[in-house]
Amino acid sequence: MKKFTLEEFLELLKKYNVEEIEGVKIEGDLEIELEGSSVDLSAIAPLYSMLSEFGNFLYHANMALGYLQRLSAALGIPTPFAAQPQLAPAAPAAPEAAPAVEELKLPTELVKAKFEPYKEEYPSKIEEVVLGATKADGGSRDYTITLGGERSLAFYTFDAPQPHLPAIAIDVFDRKPMLAKAVRVHYEDVLDNPAEWARKCVKKFGADLVTLHLISTDPLLDDTPASEAVKVLEDVLQAVKCPIIVGGSGNKEKDPEVLEKAAEVAEGERIMLASATLDMDWERIANAAKKYGHVVLSWTQMDINNQKTLNRYLLKRVGMPRDSIVMDPTTAALGYGLDYAFTNMERIRISGLKGDTDLNFPMSSGTTNAWGAREAWMIDSPIEEDTPWGPRELRGPIWEIITGLTLSLAGVDLFMMMHPVAVAVLKEVFNTLGGNVKESVADPGEWIFMEV
Amino acid sequence: MKVKSPLEVYNYLPRTNCGECGFDTCMSFAAHIIDRSVTPLDCKPLVEEAKKDPKAKKKLEELLELTAPEIAEVVIGVGDNAVKIGGEEVLHRHELTFFNPTGFFYDVWDTMDDKALEERCERVVSYKKFYVGNFLTLDGFAVRCTSGDPKRYREVVKKVASYGKPMILVALDPECMKAALEEVADQRPLMYAATEGNWKEFLKMALEYKVPVTLRAKDLDVLKSMAVTFKQAGVKDIVLDPVTEPLGEGLKGTFERVIQLRRTAIAGQDKDVAYPIMITPIAAWLIEGDEVTKSYWEAVIASMFIVKYGDVMIFRSLDQHVVMPTITLRFNIYTDPRTPVQVEPGLRAINDPGPDDPVFITTNFALTYYTVESDLTSGGIKGWLLVLNTEGLGVEVSVAGGQFTASKVKELIEETKIEEKVNHRYLVIPGLAARLQGAIEDETGWKVLVGPMDSGRIKGWLEKNWPPKE
Ligand code: SF4
Repeated sequence: MKKFTLEEFLELLKKYNVEEIEGVKIEGDLEIELEGSSVDLSAIAPLYSMLSEFGNFLYHANMALGYLQRLSAALGIPTPFAAQPQLAPAAPAAPEAAPAVEELKLPTELVKAKFEPYKEEYPSKIEEVVLGATKADGGSRDYTITLGGERSLAFYTFDAPQPHLPAIAIDVFDRKPMLAKAVRVHYEDVLDNPAEWARKCVKKFGADLVTLHLISTDPLLDDTPASEAVKVLEDVLQAVKCPIIVGGSGNKEKDPEVLEKAAEVAEGERIMLASATLDMDWERIANAAKKYGHVVLSWTQMDINNQKTLNRYLLKRVGMPRDSIVMDPTTAALGYGLDYAFTNMERIRISGLKGDTDLNFPMSSGTTNAWGAREAWMIDSPIEEDTPWGPRELRGPIWEIITGLTLSLAGVDLFMMMHPVAVAVLKEVFNTLGGNVKESVADPGEWIFMEV
Repeated sequence: MKVKSPLEVYNYLPRTNCGECGFDTCMSFAAHIIDRSVTPLDCKPLVEEAKKDPKAKKKLEELLELTAPEIAEVVIGVGDNAVKIGGEEVLHRHELTFFNPTGFFYDVWDTMDDKALEERCERVVSYKKFYVGNFLTLDGFAVRCTSGDPKRYREVVKKVASYGKPMILVALDPECMKAALEEVADQRPLMYAATEGNWKEFLKMALEYKVPVTLRAKDLDVLKSMAVTFKQAGVKDIVLDPVTEPLGEGLKGTFERVIQLRRTAIAGQDKDVAYPIMITPIAAWLIEGDEVTKSYWEAVIASMFIVKYGDVMIFRSLDQHVVMPTITLRFNIYTDPRTPVQVEPGLRAINDPGPDDPVFITTNFALTYYTVESDLTSGGIKGWLLVLNTEGLGVEVSVAGGQFTASKVKELIEETKIEEKVNHRYLVIPGLAARLQGAIEDETGWKVLVGPMDSGRIKGWLEKNWPPKE
C-alpha cells in the first residue's frame, strides 16, 4: 500500500486553491509515512477535524501547516514550506486546537434567508359523492354528507382548500356481534334493538352516519331471509335521520340478494351498499344501487390493481355514475398490517389526484378492525418479558384512534368506527387539521421549563 | 440522493467486477448504492485507490456527495446505543422506504428528587414490547433544566448519562447548557435548543464541543436563516424544530410547517432546510384537561408526525396507552415496503414436542408467525407448528385471497413429513380460517379442529379441546 508522504501531502496543500482544498476531505484512514516509520494520522486528528469542521480555510490551512511544521520539527524532518513563506501569511499562531475555537470569528448576525415553500398542484380531483337524500331530493334524511372533492393530499389546505372533512359512521348490528369488552359496555343497553342502537350512535356519540350490518343473514348464523332482514333497515331509517350505510354478512352467495333488497326498501334515501367485491356478484349489487339511486362501496383486499379492476367493472360494465362509487381498499389494524393498508391507500389517493380516473373516488375505512389487535382488548401481554400493558380500557380506544388517524393522512374520507371516545377524539383531530378549532395555547415552549 | 440510476453510479466505480464487495458486478453494486443497502465506501478497491491518488479521492468525494441522502443524517449518542435520525430520501414510503425510525426520547428534569429520577430512568431503560420477533425499546432521555442552576443541571445530566442511553439536553440558558456539555459532550448529546435569543452562544458550543444542535423557531424564515448561519460557521449536525404547538390552529400550523419543510427540502431541493425535524409531543401537557386527555393527545400529536416526517421526538408519558401505539406505528411506518415481512415456510418444533402433541398451522406473514410462535413458546405449549407459504399475507387476507387453501395445506403436510412425526391426524387451524375446515379435511384426510380467533387464547383452548375427545 502506497502511503502519502509528508512532502506529498504538503504539495497537495500547496497545489489546491482555497475552494478545492475544502473539497478534499481527509479521512482518518490516510497515513503519512515519515522516513520509514509510519505515523497513524489519528495522532494528528485535530488537523483533520479542523480542516473539515471550519469554513475559514486560509486560517486553518495555516494552522494545519503550523501544526505539521511543529510535528515535523519534533520528528526532525525538514519541511518544504520554509521556502514557501507565501503559504503562511500573518496568521494567528495556533498552539492548541481548543483555544483556537475560542478565537474563531463567529458571526454576530444571522445570515438572512427566505424560506420559499415548494408548491404542489395536482391535475385532477377526487369525485364528490353525496350520501343520504333530504326531502328536496326525494328522501327523508335531515341532512346529507358529502365525501371527497380533494385536490390535494389530506389536510394539505395550504395546497388547496379541502371542501369536506372526513365523516364518521358508527357500526350497528342486527344481531349481537362479538365485541371487545371496552366497546360492548357502551352499547350493552341497545344490543338487542338496532333502531335504539342507531339512535344512541347519533344522539349520544355524535355519529355523522350509521352503518347497519345485516349479519344475521349469514347462512352460518341465523340465515335471516333478505326480505325479513331489511325490516330492520326500515326501522333504522325511521329511528334516525342521518344518511345510512347498509352492509351484509360477507357471505358471497347471500349478500347480493340482501343488498338488492335493502336497495329496494331504501329507495330515494341514497344509502351506501356495503359492499361489492370481486369474488361475489358485484354486478347485481351495483345494478341495484344504480336502479334505486344509491352509492356502492367497492371493496378490495389491499391491492391497488384489483381496486382499479373492480372500479372499472362498476363504471364500464354496470354504468355506475362516477358520483356513486366509494372505495374500501381494506383496513388493517395498527400493528397488524397497517403499513400495507396505509401505503395502499396513499398510493391510490396520489394516483387519483394525478389523474387516474379509475381511482379518484373517496375512500372508506373499516376502522373498527383495530379492535382485532390484541393490544386493544387483551387484559395483558401474553409475553412474559413485556413491560406490563396497563389498563386495556385506555389501550383499546387509542388503538382505534391511531389506526384511523394514520389512514386519514392517507386520504380516507369515511370512517366506520365503534368506540365513542375514539369517535370523539378523531373528530377533534379532523376539525383541528381542517382549521375549525380556533383555540391555541399561549406559549408552546412552556414545557421546556415546566416542573412536573 | 442526487443520482437516480445505477448507471450514473457505475461510472464512478472501478468497473473491474472483482467481486470484493460481495456482488458479482460493479453494476449490481451500483444498484445497491441506489437502494441504499451499501455505500460507496463498501467498494474496497475504490477506497484504496482514493488513498493513493488525490484524483481518485476527489472522485470518491464526488460520489459520496452524489449519493448522500436528501435529508442530512444526524447521530445522537455514541456506541451501540447511538440513534441515527434523518437520512430520508422520499416523501412517501412507497417511493422507496423511510430509513431511520423516529427517535423516541423521554423527559426527565433536574428538579426531580433523586428517587423519582431513578425510577423514571429505569422505566425508560427497561421498556420492552415484543413485536415481530423482536423487542421494541425506547431510545433515550431528554434532560430538561428546570432549576436554572448550572451546577444542579450538570449533576443530573451526569446521573442520567450513567444509564448509557443517548440524550437530548433541554436548556435555553447557555450557562446551563455549557455546564452539561462540560460533563457529557463526549457522549454526543443533542443540544436543545438554539433560538433567536441565544443562538450565538449555542453556535459557539456546537463548534467547541462538536455536538449536534437543534434550532428552534416558528418562523420558517428565521429557522432557515439560523440553519444557513450555523452551516456557514461549520456546524453540520443540525436538527430543525419548527415548534410543536399542541392545539387548534397552532397544531394545524405545526402540521403545515413540518410538511412544508420536508417537502421543500426533498421536492424543492432546498438543501438549507434538508435536516431532521424535531417534534415535541410533550407540548400536549400544556393543554387543559385530565391526565388521560393529555396523554391521548400526546399520542395523537406523535402519531401525526410519525406518519409525516418527524425524525426525533420528546415525550412525557410513559403510559402504555401512549408508548405502545406510537412505538408500533413507528415500526409500521418505517418498515421497508420493498421487502415483504415473511418467514421461511415449513415445520417448527415448539418446546421439544412428542408424537402425541398437537399440530397447528399458521401463515408465513412474519407478524402472524411470531405472534403464534411466541404465544406457544411462552405459554409452555408443546406442539408442531406448520408454517404455510401465504406469500407473506396474514390469515384473514390469505384465506380470502386464495393463498391459504386446502391443497396448499396438503402439500405442506407432505413436504414436512409431519405424518411421520406424530401418531395422530388432528390439525388445529386458526379461528380466522374456520371456513376452510371442510375443505382441508376432504383434501388431507386429517381431522380439522378450529382453534381460537387469537393465538393468545390457545392455552385455554387446548385445556378444553386437547387431547381430542373422539
Ligand atoms: S468491489 Fe468495487 S470494483 Fe469490485 S465488483 Fe464491487 S463495486 Fe466493482
